[in-house]
Amino acid sequence: MAIIKTENLTYTYGIGTPFSKSAIQNVNLEIEEGELVGIIGHTGSGKSTLIQHLNGLLKPTSGKVFIDGQDIWDKDVKIRDIRFKVGLVFQYPEYQIFEETVYKDIAFGPKNMGLDEKEIDRRVNEITDLLGLGRENLQKSPFELSGGQKRRTAIAGVMAMEPKILILDEPTAGLDPKGRDVILDRIKEYHRRTKSTVLLVSHSMEDVAKFATKILVMNRAEVFCYDDPPEVFKRAKELTEIGLSVPQITRVFMALKEKGVDIRTDVYTTDFAVKTITEYLSRRS
Amino acid sequence: MLKDITIGQYFPGKSPVHRLDPRFKIIITAVFIVMLFSADNFLGLAAGCAFLIISFLISEIPLRLMMKSIKPIVPIILFTTILNLFFLDGVTLFKLGFIKVTYEGLETSAFMIVRIIALIMGSSLLTYTTSPITLTDAIERLLAPLGRLKFPVHELAMMMTIALRFIPTIIEETDRIMSAQKARGADMESGGLLQRAKALTPILIPLFVSAFRRAEELALAMECRCYHGGDGRTRLKELKSKSADYIAMGISLIFLDLVILLNIIFG
Repeated sequence: MAIIKTENLTYTYGIGTPFSKSAIQNVNLEIEEGELVGIIGHTGSGKSTLIQHLNGLLKPTSGKVFIDGQDIWDKDVKIRDIRFKVGLVFQYPEYQIFEETVYKDIAFGPKNMGLDEKEIDRRVNEITDLLGLGRENLQKSPFELSGGQKRRTAIAGVMAMEPKILILDEPTAGLDPKGRDVILDRIKEYHRRTKSTVLLVSHSMEDVAKFATKILVMNRAEVFCYDDPPEVFKRAKELTEIGLSVPQITRVFMALKEKGVDIRTDVYTTDFAVKTITEYLSRRS
Repeated sequence: MLKDITIGQYFPGKSPVHRLDPRFKIIITAVFIVMLFSADNFLGLAAGCAFLIISFLISEIPLRLMMKSIKPIVPIILFTTILNLFFLDGVTLFKLGFIKVTYEGLETSAFMIVRIIALIMGSSLLTYTTSPITLTDAIERLLAPLGRLKFPVHELAMMMTIALRFIPTIIEETDRIMSAQKARGADMESGGLLQRAKALTPILIPLFVSAFRRAEELALAMECRCYHGGDGRTRLKELKSKSADYIAMGISLIFLDLVILLNIIFG
């Protein structure tokens, strides 16, 4: 059974005003447990609106959202429980930090869940280690930390709730390449360890290509495709047509093909590229 | 939820009233207020109201909006009406126990009601047809003579402009922080008063932090563009008075004269 399922999900802003606009339209999705989904799309393609429906921050104009087979807008469902089940990390999450110490800020979510001190302590320490924040920083004020550390503190605050589904909205926005790599690497590690479902919104096809097990492409408020990465990158040409960049390595292979080289174009990692080229060369000789 | 809050009450449009020079609009509104308060009989008041109705018709503002502007002052209207109606001495119209309604009371309260409603509608018309930014611009220009007395006119106007500019930004920010904290299980809808007040901490602190950060960034950006106050500063959009502005001004003065004339004839 799919852990996330949406049925004809539609959300319209400003109903009844001349500015009314559909942010997402007829979204039908089924995401299996344990996937690491990369969500890609232009600004205004509906990515952020979609993910805010998955933990009940936005109520759909029409359509349904099922988490774990449960309609989250059903009368018997407490929306707060859904929010503990589906952790959502917003863009620039460091702007939500408010506690006096890093420890307290990470513990805010677990405390709201009503966990006991011991469990909270275990979770905070575990997630601090996982994200490489350093336990010596736990008693510092979060406002003393560097940008990247603040970002990781905020992400830790959601991870510590140990949600079944973790959704991150552009967790690397505005960070330098090194900070970006650290965070992506840690998210991957979190996914590997907890075996939870992770959804990651990103602008960068490169990032998504590196580790997503599934890719969801949004275009103009609708789902363009949801598939395994190779299948998605087979449609590289269509992707460029809707204005999304494909990984550089894919572009190289597309150019080769255009030059008349008989080679596959669904290449999106360097490792696979090396393999494809070797294969091609051995085939030719 | 928070997005529903409207700032100011500017109703965009392209009517001649919208296009009037905001400086003139402010002065004309002042003339209109003088009109209302100098009128001491119903005919004078009617002349003032006629001026209001004409401006309203030209402005293309929906009547519904004008009515809405009256809403907040209904209690004040009721209060003054009751005071005037029952506590003014004069020729008794009818008596009911200790309640006594006099002819003078009836007349004065009717007069007051019309005057207050016209006053509010007239000033609302100004804010409906002028965007807050233009309005502060005009205020700056009108207050300019005070600058001679070392009054910081430009600084005041700049502060007003910045404050207005950042209201929507802060609302958006609040919305975002609220969502983020809700996602972490913050509960803002239940609990007693104390609990709810406590639940605001996770919103207020990040909001303050971001407001200070924005202020600092803005100050820096302004300094980078060599902002140094109002001296020698030119503007992209100069306020220019057109003949239409003088005509409108002239009409309002004619109406004022009419009111004074009616006062003299019937007073």
